[in-house]
Formats: sequence, C-alpha cells, structure tokens
Amino acid sequence: MQLLAQVSSETDLYVAQNIFFAVIAVTMIYAAFRVVTTANVVHAALWLVVVLAGVAVQFLFLGAEFVAVTQVLVYIGAVIVLFLFGVMLTRASMGDDETVAGEKRAMAAIVGVLLFAVMAVALVDSFEDTRVDIDGPQGVTEVSDAIFSQYIVPFEAVSVLLLAALIGAIVVARKD
Amino acid sequence: MLLNQFLLLSAVLFCLGVYGVLARKNGMLVLMSVELILNAVNINLVAFGAFRTDVGGSVFALFTIAVAAAEVGIGLAIVLLMYRNRRSIDLTQADLLKG
Repeated sequence: MQLLAQVSSETDLYVAQNIFFAVIAVTMIYAAFRVVTTANVVHAALWLVVVLAGVAVQFLFLGAEFVAVTQVLVYIGAVIVLFLFGVMLTRASMGDDETVAGEKRAMAAIVGVLLFAVMAVALVDSFEDTRVDIDGPQGVTEVSDAIFSQYIVPFEAVSVLLLAALIGAIVVARKD
Repeated sequence: MLLNQFLLLSAVLFCLGVYGVLARKNGMLVLMSVELILNAVNINLVAFGAFRTDVGGSVFALFTIAVAAAEVGIGLAIVLLMYRNRRSIDLTQADLLKG
C-alpha cells in the first residue's frame, strides 16, 4: 500500500487505476479464499467464477484484451460448466458437506504461508518499484501474427494435445 | 502501475491454490484449486509480457488456457471414473499404490 501511495503521488494519472486495481484484487483474494475454504462444492465453483472474472479484469489492466476475452469464453463459459456438470454427476446432495476438508489443514496452511513469504521477499527484492507502462491495448492482429509465425510449432502441438485430451477423456470415462 | 502489484496478487492466488490442493480431499475441489494456480501463472505471464512490451506473454497465456482446458477435461474424466468405481471422490481413499 505504501508503494501504491508513492506512485499515486508521483503521477496523478494512475490514481483511479490503482484504486480500481485494489478493489478488484481484494475481491479476488477473498473469493479465492472462499474457494479453498467453503464446505459447499457448488459454492466453491461459483466463487471460482468471481476469481476468473477478476483475472480477466487484470488482463484488461495489462492491455491484453484478447487474452481477457478468451479467459471469459473458455474459463467462465466452458470450464465452470464442466465443473458444475462434474459436481452434479458425482454428488447427490448439493448442500454443505463437512467431509471435503482434509485432516492436514494446519500443515497445508503453514506450507502456503511460508511459500508466500518466500515469493513476496523474492519479488519485492527483485522488482522493488519497477513500473509497467501500458500504452493502449495490445491488438489482436499482433497476437495472431505472433501465433501464426513465431509460435506456429507450439500452436500445432497444443492442437494435437487438445485432440489427445478429447480422445483420452472419452476413453477414460466410457462405460464398457 | 507497478509490476509488483500484479506479481504479488498472483503469488497470493498461487499460495491459496497450493493450500487448496493440500488441504482438500474432494477431487472436484482439488481440480478447482489447480485452476487457481494456473490462473496465477497466467497473470504472471501477461504481466511480464506487458512489462517487456512483448506479445509472447499473451501468446503463452493463451497456450496455458488451452492446456488448462485439456487438463480439466481429463481430470473430470478421472474423477467420474473414480466415482463410478467406488461411489466416492474422496482422494484419501485412493490409496491402492500406498506402500
């Protein structure tokens, strides 16, 4: 927050953006916390929607509009529906289920907090007040040009991977 | 805006996802926590792409989204198979390989 205030005093231009960023970030962190702590599986999926929408907004902040649109289409549109289908197919009751939490929660919390401490120290140490200047949105043309020239081999590999995953999912889940 | 805003936010999401993977024993909830981790990675990729004014960050974020979609499909198929075989998706019961 101190760093945020510093930047705000340097350039008035970014005040609104930083306030909006803070609101979205707090919402995302609360929603992510609910995803990993709520006892209701359906509620967890719905809180995940909030996190994914927040991630899309962060992409917009960073000027990556095509990634933001893809995030909304693929994640909120398809992945969440898959999750809700999975919940429906694997559980009869839709209410709270106290059996979802494992016994090793305290140990998991320690691991998470320590991991965050290491990451935060490393990040603050290496990128103290590095600015990221976003000058306008990144065009879809540039992204598609890059995909179909420089990154054509990984693109084809991803298409083969998706085909393999499709066939694999059918083979694994098929009844016979 | 600061680069660290985005990186720290993504670190928080990543650690919450790690906590979810370790603390949950319902297969669906573990898959959701994995999605949190993958989204944290995507924020990092796009943030560094914007920082370097390189389009590669966005391209790799798109690849990650595709791989995550494939992962969810396979993961759900495995969870459904597990449910069909043992009427439960409690991961602590999946201990056939435990020594």
